Amino acid sequence: MTDLSRLTLALPFLLASLSAGASGSKILATGGATSIAGAAGGGIVPWAVINGYGSSGQWSVTGYFSQVGVDDFTLNSKGIGFSYDNRYEVSVGRQQLQLDTMGGELNQQIIGLKYKVAGELLYSKLPQISVGVQLKKQLDFAIPSAVGARDPHGTDLYLAASKVWLDAFWGRNLLLNATVRATKGHQTGLLGFGTAGHDDYQYLGEFSAVVLLNPQWAVGAEFKQKPNELAFAREDHWRDVFVAWFANKHLSLVAGHVDLGSIATFNNQTGYYLALESTWSF
Amino acid sequence: MVVLIRVFLLFALVGCSTAPEPEDWLYQQLGAAEGLEKITDGLLREIEHDPQIVHHFQDTDIARFRKLLIEQLCELSGGPCKYSGASMQESHTGFQITQADFDNLVGHLIKVMTEQQVAVSAQNRLLAKLAPMYQDVVYR
Repeated sequence: MTDLSRLTLALPFLLASLSAGASGSKILATGGATSIAGAAGGGIVPWAVINGYGSSGQWSVTGYFSQVGVDDFTLNSKGIGFSYDNRYEVSVGRQQLQLDTMGGELNQQIIGLKYKVAGELLYSKLPQISVGVQLKKQLDFAIPSAVGARDPHGTDLYLAASKVWLDAFWGRNLLLNATVRATKGHQTGLLGFGTAGHDDYQYLGEFSAVVLLNPQWAVGAEFKQKPNELAFAREDHWRDVFVAWFANKHLSLVAGHVDLGSIATFNNQTGYYLALESTWSF
Repeated sequence: MVVLIRVFLLFALVGCSTAPEPEDWLYQQLGAAEGLEKITDGLLREIEHDPQIVHHFQDTDIARFRKLLIEQLCELSGGPCKYSGASMQESHTGFQITQADFDNLVGHLIKVMTEQQVAVSAQNRLLAKLAPMYQDVVYR
């Protein structure tokens, strides 16, 4: 919590120093938030949206920090993302899973690439469709290896479709996202990839629904299907509900409640999700 | 998720129980004739100060553009007008309008409507009517 407290303290100064410039052309909130793996999206699901507010011909830089705190674990995620032309997205992120009850920590590095294939989130009948890849590297492989993971490296591939329905109901805008992910990762790779007996990709569905209450505030829910391959412990699907506040095109905050189910024999892992993001577009 | 579905159902029920909306609901929400003039003038002011898009208007007869835009917004919103201008595709071909240009204009419209205290629901209704024009306007 210390990192986050420091950031929260710095917030008023950050806000005060933000200029009206370098804000990009995209409409507020259409860059989404940043997921724990670094891709623009919700909290746990990468969306087809491209990070930041850079529209055609514009660049964007996004920095993020998030924390998930559940009964026996804390996950800190931080990183930086770049986008160009509202089409190409690159992110470099680092995750630190603190084993609060067991002691110790597991770190993972993630390099993400995303490319918008078709559609425009707000403007086309077709949803915006993107493909992405996440190159993951488990940096503390002793524990994952001991519990049956085969590989410290893994590459996830995903196809995401996102669309905003303007004036969907009650005069509010609705965003729906569906993502299909191919992965070998246990607990998103934090517990390594593959097993001795099974090294095939699994295809998993991830979904988000968000209601934009007004241009600055949104509420949403997400579901992330998970594999269940490691013999030593059950792995559950993940769920969350969240509130997002887009202060302006430079700053957004997300607060949520997560249900991560069973992690490494620790059952009923529920708790909070907090994320802070700052973005600059040119 | 179950909570979300319940909320949707609740909204649907509320929607059914209210009286049917008048055809000119949006037109009235935007402030009728006077409101549309204010929104259009606000939009022209924003365009004038936006280096990203102002160059598209260097050969435009602004008085005529203003009249046509008011007409178009009036017709779109269910008001008592008939748009007399060219189709969106015809009037934008050759301008090489980019996605960033289009995004900027949408951003200006939201800003101006917010300044005119147009309700979020009415803003979204108008944006929903304008958004499909993207394909007729951009990269023509």
